[in-house]
Amino acid sequence: MARKEYEIVIIGGGPAGLAAGLYAARARRKTVLLEKGVIGGQIALTELVENYPGVPSINGFDLAQAMLNQAESYGLEVEYAETTGIEQDGRLWLVRTAEDDYVAKAVIVTAGADYNKLGVPGEERLTGRGVSYCATCDAAFFKEQHVAVVGGGDAAMDEGLFTTRFADRVTVIHRRDKLRAGAILQERAFANPKMEFVWNTVVTEILGEDGVTGVSLHNRETGEESTMDVAGVFIFIGQHPNTGFLGGLVPLDEGGHALVSEWMETELPGLYVAGDARRNSARQVVSSAGDGATAAIAAEHYLSNGFGE
Amino acid sequence: MAKPAEVTDATFDEEVLKSGEPVLVDFWAPWCGPCRMVAPLVEELAGEYDGKVKFVKLNTDDNMQTAARYGIRSIPTLLMFKGGEPIDQVIGFRPKGDLKRTIEKALA
Repeated sequence: MARKEYEIVIIGGGPAGLAAGLYAARARRKTVLLEKGVIGGQIALTELVENYPGVPSINGFDLAQAMLNQAESYGLEVEYAETTGIEQDGRLWLVRTAEDDYVAKAVIVTAGADYNKLGVPGEERLTGRGVSYCATCDAAFFKEQHVAVVGGGDAAMDEGLFTTRFADRVTVIHRRDKLRAGAILQERAFANPKMEFVWNTVVTEILGEDGVTGVSLHNRETGEESTMDVAGVFIFIGQHPNTGFLGGLVPLDEGGHALVSEWMETELPGLYVAGDARRNSARQVVSSAGDGATAAIAAEHYLSNGFGE
Repeated sequence: MAKPAEVTDATFDEEVLKSGEPVLVDFWAPWCGPCRMVAPLVEELAGEYDGKVKFVKLNTDDNMQTAARYGIRSIPTLLMFKGGEPIDQVIGFRPKGDLKRTIEKALA
């Protein structure tokens, strides 16, 4: 286990972290960005980003790579490691990962959010074997098959509609009696002949040995239990911020989002939270990038003034 | 440096199942973003384990048969084969350290 020293450590490589990295590197601060999975975070799995100003339409992964290349060209370093904890160490911060420890004068947390799981038997075991949280990634493997989509929000409709390009039949399973998704997406979903809806129903188990073969269902209105044969289950039931390692350190709201000032500052000197991990994020690529830039500017002020250099 | 060779439905048995060495198969497709992040890691590992492990890649768009045969429903998926049987798998993008551990396990 090595102990690596930086001026700024950024945790999370989505748009917020990449923008923070760009600003920190251009301020000539020795900066490392720690990413536990894929650079880009949620947008790496987005087929098209069409609302980033100045960029009419781009693949999400390509946009993330462009942000990464730009930040690296100014000296940002990137390491692939999952953060397990953050501690105050005198005036410094210690960021722990499974592999190494990182020491920094300022830490910017841009850890984003991960999709929620159903938490039912079979889900974990069959992930990647028919259970998916990303239709744009996996729908192509369900050509001419019947799949279930769980959820009733924008993501469920958007990804469900995408899935109809491949699957013959897409059954939306929703625990309530109406959708939460926006009006346009609802119109498209109801108009699509491949999409059908099962209301007031929850999935209680995902069935299958080596791959998904079906789901067990429970109707919340009638109490009726049933099973449905499907080859895949796409789950879109919201997200939770990746702020577990901040617990006890800074105040979080009931959803786990960090409370920060308009400069992305927490109550602790040198610790910032930006993007989807903070409360009241607009959860857009452009607003997250803005958050990241704001946090890096605030950190730069802190290092030049508050830190007493 | 041994760059991972492309295998197809037609060559899979010969190149993978009948191989004397353990084989790591990278199931990928051109539209898959995370696959493009796995590819350079697999290339590096191919160099590091040259002579001990064989590395190949299979485009799931063009070779649906083999993908279906091994129940691939998400990419990137890396399958480790030994003696013609799949013995381990890594689904989704994982850091290089994780991939190394999977390979070391197969060599143990």
